[in-house]
Amino acid sequence: MRRLLFKSFVQGLLTEPAPTIDDRALAELAARVNQASHKRLGRALSIREVDAGSCNGCELEIHALNNVLYDLERFGLRFVASPRHADVLLVTGPVTANMREALERTYAATPDPKWVVATGDCARDGGVFAGSYACVGGVSQVLPVDLHIRGCPPSPVALLKGLLALLESVTAEGRRSA
Amino acid sequence: MASLNWPRSIVRREGWEHAAGRLQAGELALVGLWGEPRFAHMAVMERETNACAVLSVECDGNRYPSVGRVHPPAIRPERAVRDLLGLEPEGLPDARPWLRHGGAYQFLLAEGESLHQIPVGPVHAGIIEPGHFRFTANGETVVRLEERLGYTHKGVDSLMVGASTDRAAALAGRISGDSTVGFSLAFAQAIEAALEIEIPSRAVWLRGLLAELERLANHFGDIGAVCNDAAFAIMHAHFGLLRERVLRTADACFGHRLMMDRVVPGGLQCDLPPDGDRRVRALVAQVRKDFPELVEVYENTASLKDRTVGTGTLSPALAQQYAAGGFVGRASGRNFDARCTPGYAPYDSMKFEVPVVHAGDVNARVWVRIREVEQSLALIEQILAQLPTGSICAPIATRPDTGVREGAALVEGFRGDIFAWTRVGSDGRVERCHLRDPSWFQWPLLEAAIEGNIVADFPLCNKSFNCSYSGHDL
Repeated sequence: MRRLLFKSFVQGLLTEPAPTIDDRALAELAARVNQASHKRLGRALSIREVDAGSCNGCELEIHALNNVLYDLERFGLRFVASPRHADVLLVTGPVTANMREALERTYAATPDPKWVVATGDCARDGGVFAGSYACVGGVSQVLPVDLHIRGCPPSPVALLKGLLALLESVTAEGRRSA
Repeated sequence: MASLNWPRSIVRREGWEHAAGRLQAGELALVGLWGEPRFAHMAVMERETNACAVLSVECDGNRYPSVGRVHPPAIRPERAVRDLLGLEPEGLPDARPWLRHGGAYQFLLAEGESLHQIPVGPVHAGIIEPGHFRFTANGETVVRLEERLGYTHKGVDSLMVGASTDRAAALAGRISGDSTVGFSLAFAQAIEAALEIEIPSRAVWLRGLLAELERLANHFGDIGAVCNDAAFAIMHAHFGLLRERVLRTADACFGHRLMMDRVVPGGLQCDLPPDGDRRVRALVAQVRKDFPELVEVYENTASLKDRTVGTGTLSPALAQQYAAGGFVGRASGRNFDARCTPGYAPYDSMKFEVPVVHAGDVNARVWVRIREVEQSLALIEQILAQLPTGSICAPIATRPDTGVREGAALVEGFRGDIFAWTRVGSDGRVERCHLRDPSWFQWPLLEAAIEGNIVADFPLCNKSFNCSYSGHDL
């Protein structure tokens, strides 16, 4: 193990440079946040991931954000264990009827100000599961959605771009109101 | 017309009950149990001969004799069939719903002095799928764990009815995202069996490549996650990197990191690009360089082994009774791998071993994965060495003259054997399709494995099983 630790020490950083911000996602978000007044937030944004019935593909890619190559936390974004610690709910899945109440309760447990990011094509409109008796079909049917990140599943880079857009917007807004 | 490899017979109640008795006696293994209006179906495999069959019983008055009454692995599938189709399994001791939620749910009792309950979920602390775990503990020791699943139920069986093969394939690929190649392959093989389509040999071999890449990516993720749940984060970081390398290679070669929608009925949706061979070989070389060092760290770190050895032990008898697939079964002495039994191409032309250990603990499930990684690397090299040239997809001709046709398949996903059964109408549309995730017969065993362990070891046990919620909830 000493060898492994030494190698990790000398091999240099694996983490990659940040991607540029997705203009479309930023525009969508800017329009949404301009409508509402936001209180100032610190730079660190805490994210609570909620699987509302996904196939787990989105979860795999969200997980990948924490690996050494993407290293989400360097942007001041981190995943937290409780909605009570969260600023952002990152919601995946077509919102199954069986998860609706849990999603609503998670939202209610998240303190204001809060943002909802619907992640993946299912979260947008139900995706391939749209029209099923067992799915509500899209997060916006249940909660106010601030940003959609598309993809089936969205790649870590797509997720990163969307979340960065959110972060930039939130801090800009925060600075303005300060 | 029934499929040749999985002949289906409609049996009377006596025949159905006879099969239930043989399941109880351990002569048959339950491969799947599902339904459609008026009929209950079950797929079984004879343990001695490995002969496969599908049995159907007509449900007079929407009732049929319960299999779960004598063979517990059938209990949850029967509860699911009752929820989805209203077919009542006569004599099933459990009257509670399973996939259909709403209303209060009566958890099983655990009574005694100083017992307390810990409810967990459906929204968990980590980035994982939703499900509810009800622990009853005495101090730190788990006395009973009861799972309540179904939160991700999306009504897939119902969406399959009347779907085109393209749409059905897209659904199959999203039953459990981590196993998208496995499910797509099972579905495609079932369709090909039904329509008697022979696919080009290049597609057969490339499908093997996709399946082994998927196995590698998931095993890396799992081994790292088990170490992480034992608070050994450096392994998680290194295995996360290995996993990412696999996904990037998949993306570069097949245009999708998880290889979703790449395996389609008739063959493959895209070919290995000209530089694909080089990329995959580079990946294998990189893994062969990095992996052994990590295995050595796992093997020689006492604090890590202290958490995994002797934790969450699953007895070989239970693994056998539930016909548990994948690393769950193979870590508890059950020597079964769908790539060998019943077996399918290209694995019949390749040399590989099926690692089996008997300890049944978290450590054993990690070791089975480690050994499987080594086998998958060797398989990938064999595939690249023997990859035939030619086309990658056969047309799926609808043949109106042949009428309704049925097909089934059993393929080895990273998690275990995935069963697919489908009936295609004369118009080429899917009339019925049922896909059974290996987790159906692994989830109940997690309840048994955790008993007597401490609550803090549950994440370790759970991760070492890594059952699919979505694959199970359908």
